[in-house]
Amino acid sequence: MIKITELKHYYTDADGKEVKALDGVSLEIKQGEFVAIIGANGSGKSTLARHLNALLVPTSGKCEVDGLDTMSDEKLWDIRQTVGMVFQNPDNQIVAAVVEEDVAFSLENVGVPSKEIYPRVKAALEAVGMLEFAKHAPHRLSGGQKQRVAIAGIMALEPKCLVLDEPTAMLDPQGRKQIMETVKKLKQEKNITVIYITHYMSEALEADRVVAMHKGKIAFEGTPKEVFSRVDELEQLGLEAPFAAKVASELRKAGAKLPKDIITDEELALALCQ
Amino acid sequence: MLSNITLGQYFPGTSFIHKLDPRTKILATLIYIIAIFFAESTLSYGILAGFAFLVILASRLPILMVLKSVKPILIIVIFTLLIHMFTHPGEHILWSWKFFVITQEGLETGLKMSSRLLLLMIFSSILTFTTSPIVLTDGIERLLRPFKCIGVPAHELAMMMTIALRFIPTLLEETDRIMKAQTSRGADFTSGNILQNIRNMLPILVPLFISAFRRADELAIAMEARCYRGGEGRTRMRELAYGSRDMFAYLLVILLFVGLAFMKWGKACVL
Amino acid sequence: MSINLTNVIYTYLKGTPFESLALKGVSTTINPGEIVAIIGHTGSGKSTLVQHLNGLLNPGSGKVTVEDIDISAKTSEAKKARQMVGMVFQYPEHQLFAETVYEDIAFGPRNKGFTPEEVDKAVREGMAFVGLDFETFKERSPFQLSGGQMRRVAIAGIVAMNPDYLVLDEPSAGLDPRSRDAVFREVMNLHVTRKLAIVLVTHSMEEAVKYAKRMLVINQGNILFDGKPEEIFKEHTDELIEIGMDIPESYKLAALLRKQGMNLPEGLKDEKELAKAIKKAKGWK
Repeated sequence: MIKITELKHYYTDADGKEVKALDGVSLEIKQGEFVAIIGANGSGKSTLARHLNALLVPTSGKCEVDGLDTMSDEKLWDIRQTVGMVFQNPDNQIVAAVVEEDVAFSLENVGVPSKEIYPRVKAALEAVGMLEFAKHAPHRLSGGQKQRVAIAGIMALEPKCLVLDEPTAMLDPQGRKQIMETVKKLKQEKNITVIYITHYMSEALEADRVVAMHKGKIAFEGTPKEVFSRVDELEQLGLEAPFAAKVASELRKAGAKLPKDIITDEELALALCQ
Repeated sequence: MLSNITLGQYFPGTSFIHKLDPRTKILATLIYIIAIFFAESTLSYGILAGFAFLVILASRLPILMVLKSVKPILIIVIFTLLIHMFTHPGEHILWSWKFFVITQEGLETGLKMSSRLLLLMIFSSILTFTTSPIVLTDGIERLLRPFKCIGVPAHELAMMMTIALRFIPTLLEETDRIMKAQTSRGADFTSGNILQNIRNMLPILVPLFISAFRRADELAIAMEARCYRGGEGRTRMRELAYGSRDMFAYLLVILLFVGLAFMKWGKACVL
Repeated sequence: MSINLTNVIYTYLKGTPFESLALKGVSTTINPGEIVAIIGHTGSGKSTLVQHLNGLLNPGSGKVTVEDIDISAKTSEAKKARQMVGMVFQYPEHQLFAETVYEDIAFGPRNKGFTPEEVDKAVREGMAFVGLDFETFKERSPFQLSGGQMRRVAIAGIVAMNPDYLVLDEPSAGLDPRSRDAVFREVMNLHVTRKLAIVLVTHSMEEAVKYAKRMLVINQGNILFDGKPEEIFKEHTDELIEIGMDIPESYKLAALLRKQGMNLPEGLKDEKELAKAIKKAKGWK
């Protein structure tokens, strides 16, 4: 689905210094996979996301989406229809003043015939559980609801891959829960590829694979179990391990013999009761 | 404090007026506004006010809310009234004190002029109360489309309006928040002369502009990610279509127009 | 000597179709030098409540006093009382406006009528408290700093006004774990050295239990619980979950282990305390 080879993205900042936002990233993501990308601020995770639908193009290296090179201008709109993107601030990605009109926006852009638009808008709103708010004004919705509208706006295009760039960073706990549930449901029902960028470890736990980034490079990757049991290394990257993993690590430091891959409360409880 | 403004806020509903095609409503409003300037006799003002009243009834809007929409221009209305009252020459003097003179003619003209402003405001408020901003924008775009060949950027204008309408409430909320934050830092926005007041506004304006630019930037990226590439090849979810109720509405408003035009010039023609 | 709220009622957009009752008669006292966490989901009324503490909102009915002065009054005395309460809003970096860090932090102290010498001292102290080196940062534009640094400049701007009470609305929102811990370290340091009372509005149960000695749970415009966080989390677990709140991770894990027969004390606040208690319960050294 997505194939990134030795991707580098350099730019010069306001002071004229060269910034290596991405410094040689290689990553392959299969159709239907749920990948979480974690990393501290400035680790390059958002830059990486923007390469996936050609909002940015590589300084060197290659980024291929569904066999299409993001460098090719003719395929630009195909790429953006294949990879949909949801951003951090729900307010700044909703264009229209009525929910259903906003969801229709993407479909209108790609020239879907008028008659087909409403059914697709309806289906997309239903998929994110926002159909009852179809006629509402976005600014009166909660953060979680707005973000679901933004997701519906992308899902209406029926992309093969959904990239979410810290979709919950500005939301309250309820909003975060809503988004996580929505994403999991979409993944299950439509078997789309999900790339989920976050600094909430509890959300990354839900993924099939976790990629930890640091200073424009992939620091390590693996299953949530493999990644989140590396408590000290995560801390060095400015990230936090799940609570149970931290307790297990403390216990291990005190000499307790516990399995290496404890990340949930239940696993720790089980290990301690043996 | 800022969120109390109701002007330009859509009031959802399913009334006859709500269901009209936006083009009908925009053109009807324009026709009504022109008709206002035909009005001379008290009767013609009565007819205009009655028409507006019937439209409000048909729209099932809370009448008080519609009347409240004149609040922002109330000062201008009163000013107009006073200017005409004191400056209009006339023969029937009602009241005078030193060089202040009020004539009956002056009072009448003043009342008529301010009624024009009130009617204009009320009628255009009905348009914005019963038409969602986005539908309104659609209507304007469609009305402007024929002028595209002479260089009127119909789609771009419509897109700008859509975005402005979408972000006005958000920016108002933001202004409120920034004002509160600076008030907490001891800022005072009420005292001082004009120059000082402008200086005092900087702690609000600077963060507001920075935020607006950041929003614009993020929105542009989000729109691009959602395949936006200008008006070319774009379709619309709702293609506008006139129905029989639109014809009925056009008929009514044209009758009003012709009636008022007749009241102004008709007599002269007949004679 | 405290902030007193007596029967505060507040309604938004009174007299419009969007009217909503946000506070339904709230009475409470914030004492000098204490740390109070306020939790409640979005729309519970907690933001409305804290905006009453420094007179940004005036009660529709009821009364708010700071040091026995009614702060809704228009007197200079009331203004002074309002300024004893510093308010750090959510995403406070969005209120920065001056050309340099120094000027931005000096804004509050100047408005408060400090002399130039006092302003200079206040700015220096404010920056020191949030861990920004004075010489390095004073001439920098606040807009070229990192997110975490911008937030610290904004907090320093409030701290420099020398308040007796500091209200923080989700000071850690949007920060990564490292910046988050730094901000809290600095706030706690302020509390200790200046005997400042802290009102912490938060969505994080972990923050509430870790930093606060007292917690107010707000729900539907009322104070539902008022007490020690560890007691509220222990005694009202079900009610909290019912209103959409949570309990801290350490409490959850401890409860699970207790259920499996492990003998653990109450009130374990973080992974270190919990690990220590487990070791003890297991008889490990």
